[in-house]
Amino acid sequence: MEMELLAAGFGGQGVLMIGQLVALSAVDENKYALFFPSYGPAMRGGTANCTVIIGDNPIGSPILNEHEHIIVMNNPSFTKFEPLVKKGGHLYVNSSLVSEKSTRTDIQVHYIEANDLAEKAGANVAANIVMLGGLLKISQFSAYAVAEKSIQKKFASKGEKVVQINLSALKAGFEKA
Amino acid sequence: MGEKILMKGAEVLGESAIKAGCRLFFGYPITPQNEAPSYMAKRLPEVGGVFVQAESEVAAINMLYGAAASGHRVMTSSSSPGISLMQEGISYIAGAQLPVVLVNVMRGGPGLGNIGPAQGDYFQSVKPGGNGDYHLITLAPMNLQEQIDLIYDAFELADEYRNPAMVLTDGLLGQIMEAVEFHREKDLASLPAKPWAATGINHRKKNLVSSFDLDYDRLEAINHQIQDKYRIVKEKEVRYESYFADDAEVILVAYGTTGRICKAVVDILRSEKYSVGLLRPISLWPFPEKILQQLAQKSTTKGFLVVELSAGQMVEDVKISVNGVKPVHFYGRMGGNVPSPKEIIDIINTIHWEGK
Repeated sequence: MEMELLAAGFGGQGVLMIGQLVALSAVDENKYALFFPSYGPAMRGGTANCTVIIGDNPIGSPILNEHEHIIVMNNPSFTKFEPLVKKGGHLYVNSSLVSEKSTRTDIQVHYIEANDLAEKAGANVAANIVMLGGLLKISQFSAYAVAEKSIQKKFASKGEKVVQINLSALKAGFEKA
Repeated sequence: MGEKILMKGAEVLGESAIKAGCRLFFGYPITPQNEAPSYMAKRLPEVGGVFVQAESEVAAINMLYGAAASGHRVMTSSSSPGISLMQEGISYIAGAQLPVVLVNVMRGGPGLGNIGPAQGDYFQSVKPGGNGDYHLITLAPMNLQEQIDLIYDAFELADEYRNPAMVLTDGLLGQIMEAVEFHREKDLASLPAKPWAATGINHRKKNLVSSFDLDYDRLEAINHQIQDKYRIVKEKEVRYESYFADDAEVILVAYGTTGRICKAVVDILRSEKYSVGLLRPISLWPFPEKILQQLAQKSTTKGFLVVELSAGQMVEDVKISVNGVKPVHFYGRMGGNVPSPKEIIDIINTIHWEGK
C-alpha cells in the first residue's frame, strides 16, 4: 500500500506534528516513509504544511501534484489545497475554524470540529491530534495501537497528562470520522 | 545498528560523519542545514569529539585546514552563500593536499537567494570555486540512505587521495525526514595512518604542510603530481546509477533530488510502455563521461534530457560527454522550485524526439 498526505494550517497548529506522527507510525510498522515540511521563518502565525508519503516500497518523488488525503486546519489552507485532493480522495476539514464547504463531488469530505473536540478532550491545542484520529480511521495509515504508541513517544517529555489528553483527542477524531 | 530510525536530513549528515570516524566539526549556522551543526554540538561531546561554532565561515574552513593538517578526520557543513565564503580556504586545503569533507546543502541563489532547494552550485563544486588547478571529489546523494553511504565514502576517498571531498546535497534533502539505517561504523583504531601530518616532531623528519612554493619548477612538479592523482580518481572513482537507460529511446540525466524525481518519472512512463531511462551521476567529479558516450552511441538512443534545479550547469558536462552524437535537451527550475514528475513528463512530451 501507499498513502500520500498533505497537512496544512497556521504555524503553531501542529500540522508538522501530524505529519511526523504518521511517518513515525509507518516506520514503526516497518514501512518506508518520507516527511517533507514547508514553512516560513516564523514559529507561530504564517503558514505551514507538510507532505508525508508512506508505503511498502521505497518512496519515489517527494514532490506531488495532488494528494490522496489532505488535512486543512484553517480557511487559507482550505482555499489553497481543496482543489489538490486527488479524484476519489479524502479532504479533512477542521470545521471549528474553517467556515467554507467543499462543492466537489468527486472526493469525500470529512468535517471534524477539531478544536471543539480537543477542548472536550482537555486542551484546545490538541486539535491537530483530533484530525490525526480522523485520518487514521479513514486511511488506516497504521494500526490504532501503533499511532497511540507514536503519540506516547512524541509527547512523553511533556508529561503523562499531556499524553492522556492527546490520546483522548486521537480517540475523539477517530470516532467522529 | 540495523534498526530503522526516522531522522531529518541535516541530522543524518552529522551522524553519518560520526559513524565515519569524524570527531571534529567546525561551522557557522545557515539555513537550511542548521540542524547539522546543532546535532554535532550535542552529539560530538558524547563521543569524545569537539564542536566549534566559528565566528565566520572563513574562520571555520581554516579550522578545518589546521585539523586536517594534524591528521584528523574533520568536516564542515554549510549552504550556498556560506560555501562561497569558504572558497579561499578550500583552495589552500586542495593545494596542501589535505583530506577534509565538506557538505553543501544548496539553496536558492545567486547572492543571499532564499532557503529553498537548488542545484546552482554545481559549477562551484566541480570546476571548482577557488583559485588554481584543483578538483573536489564531489558526490551527490538522492535520498537520506544514500547520503549516509556517501558521507562515509567521502571520508575514505578524501584520506585515500589526500584531497577535499564535497557531498553536494540540497535544501530538500536537508529538511526531509526518512527512515534510515546506519550499516557501517568506522573503528577509530583502523583509521588510515597519516605519516605526512604535522603531529609534532618526535624522532622523525620534519613534515611541512603548505600550499606555498616560490620555486617555479617545484610548484609545477607538485601540480603535475596533483594532476596524476586526479587521473587515477577519474579512472577508479566514477559512480552512477543507470536505471533502464540501456535500451531507452529517451534518456534523462539528473542528480540528487532531481535524480530521484526523474527516477519516479521513469517508473510512471515505463508503466505506460514509454521507452525512457535515467542516467543518474552519483560522482559529479569525476563525471561519468564514458557511460554517457556509450549511451549516445547506441542506435536506440534518440536523445537526452538533462533536468536540474539551475539554469543549466551539469548539462554542459553532459554535452561534452555526448559530443554532438545525439541531441541534448535541458529543463531547469530555479528560486527554490522543484518540478513534479508530471511537470517533467509534460516537458518530455513537448520535445520533438527524432524519429518519433
